[in-house]
Amino acid sequence: MARSVWARPFLYALAIAMSVFFLMPVYVMVATSLKPLDEVTLADMWKLPSTIDWSSYATAFDKLAPNFWNSILLVVPATLLSALLGALNGYVLSKWKFKGADTLFTLILFGMFIPYQSILIPLIQFLREIGLYNTIPGLVFVHVVYGIPITTLMFRNFYAAIPDEMIESAKIDGAGFVRIFRYIMLPLSITGFVVVAIWQFTNIWNEFLFAVTITTSDKQPIMVALQNLSGSQIVQWNVQMAGALLAALPTLLVYIFLGKYFVRGLLAGSVKG
Amino acid sequence: METVNVTTTEKATAVPAVRKKRKWTADHWLAAAFLAPSVVLIFLFVYGFIGWTGYVSLSNWNSLVPDWSFAGLKNYLYLFHDFRFQADLRNTLVFTVLFIAAVIVLGQLLAILLDQKLRGESLFRNIFFFPMALSFVVTGVVWQWLFNPSTGVNLFLKPLGLDGKWYTDTNILGGFHWGKIEFGVPVAIVAVVVAAVWQMTGFAVAMYLAGLRAIPDEVREAARMDGATEFQLYWKIILPLLRPITVSVIIIMAHISLKIFDLIYAMTGPGANFVTDVPGVYMFETTFRGNYYANGAAIAIVMLLSVAIFIVPYLISSRKGGS
Repeated sequence: MARSVWARPFLYALAIAMSVFFLMPVYVMVATSLKPLDEVTLADMWKLPSTIDWSSYATAFDKLAPNFWNSILLVVPATLLSALLGALNGYVLSKWKFKGADTLFTLILFGMFIPYQSILIPLIQFLREIGLYNTIPGLVFVHVVYGIPITTLMFRNFYAAIPDEMIESAKIDGAGFVRIFRYIMLPLSITGFVVVAIWQFTNIWNEFLFAVTITTSDKQPIMVALQNLSGSQIVQWNVQMAGALLAALPTLLVYIFLGKYFVRGLLAGSVKG
Repeated sequence: METVNVTTTEKATAVPAVRKKRKWTADHWLAAAFLAPSVVLIFLFVYGFIGWTGYVSLSNWNSLVPDWSFAGLKNYLYLFHDFRFQADLRNTLVFTVLFIAAVIVLGQLLAILLDQKLRGESLFRNIFFFPMALSFVVTGVVWQWLFNPSTGVNLFLKPLGLDGKWYTDTNILGGFHWGKIEFGVPVAIVAVVVAAVWQMTGFAVAMYLAGLRAIPDEVREAARMDGATEFQLYWKIILPLLRPITVSVIIIMAHISLKIFDLIYAMTGPGANFVTDVPGVYMFETTFRGNYYANGAAIAIVMLLSVAIFIVPYLISSRKGGS
């Protein structure tokens, strides 16, 4: 489309117009969150704050800090465990294939597409039974289990790119299952771990359904607390927007600094083979 | 090498007696042992629990105390005669169609735009992609305000004579009576679709962009040599080549849309006359706020089936095609 004289300016105009659409919510979020209370009126919604007032961040932080901490306690172990499990599964399903391995893999994969509503009632009964209902470890367990399909998929595709000859020659040299994993696969897996960890971190941090059904009040992760904050009528808009920004900050930072790996994860999880 | 050969002979030979025995070393057992916990967990927590939910959906458990007595299809019959569930089905259908159509059109447009070697391309790309890193809850909270009828985008639109009620609008466009509900496009859904499109378009852009980058330059050059205009090049050659990606995008977006819960719960809730209600929200409220477990389970099974229609053929075909 680079032929005619007007084409280039038109393309830039389009790109800028679309950027405005994508950035508009961010502008409103940031501008509102920095406004003093008396400027948070419906009529002044689109105006910049006259002075920068951080007090809504202080209020939002006060309300959300415990839940923010809950989310960290949830997301760190859940991400590490599910990445490790995915690496092992991906290793077995790509380099130690047995008869029916592909069918088994497809059956595992189905688990990442199901609506979790369809397992939620038994899951909660089960968690109550074993005493993990309304606990952070309970949520960690849930995210590790239902993270198996996606992490296995990502690592399986990642390991498929490592040539089988390397494994075969290691076998001839007498290396076994564990040694090959430890000395050949793991050193080549750094990128794989980064991609999977970023993907799981983002998804678990942002997840809402498990969080809102498995935990109550003081055990709730950040997204449930944010939803409660915005659901209550008495909380001002500037505080809500500050809260939304605080809740979004960790995944936004990850995206800003490691966006390349985030997109790789997205493609690895959607396009198979 | 030996193992590889054995596998091929296994497939090639029809007579089992000729088959060489596959060598299962201790390492193979070890590999299986490492995989086993995950397999057990998936079978228990995915397939087992789906079966359990199916069982609950056929029971009389519609109070706090579990009642496992068999109810047959009672809960399903109730749902399909229920005003709210009928509205949910309409909303899900409308939402899914609008959402997928918008994501595909916008996704292709932006991907092609990013493929024009613009200056600042990576900045534009990051601007289109970043909403994917956000939670649907954050998106819901922000767009709830942007589409608030007394403020938000209306402050721009009012001077133009447009005064939308957005997600509080109870009008159904093109409505005709169907069961207990008015079938058509609920105006309020459009507001939710915009928010969902804002969040998920980046996904399609990323996939189309990967597809565009995989098309060799020779294809473009050849078309240009033959005198194709840029428009013809994209419309007649590039877009058809991207069709397999469109299939993937449709399936991924469909499964997200059919089970959507958090965005709508955070942004609008069920809405007046359930104009923005979806099965995900209904299931959550009736099960965990109303203790109608059997009804909730039935909704969940309907959701699962609707997703499975898209996902199962996709998984089977990608298994045959891929790897």
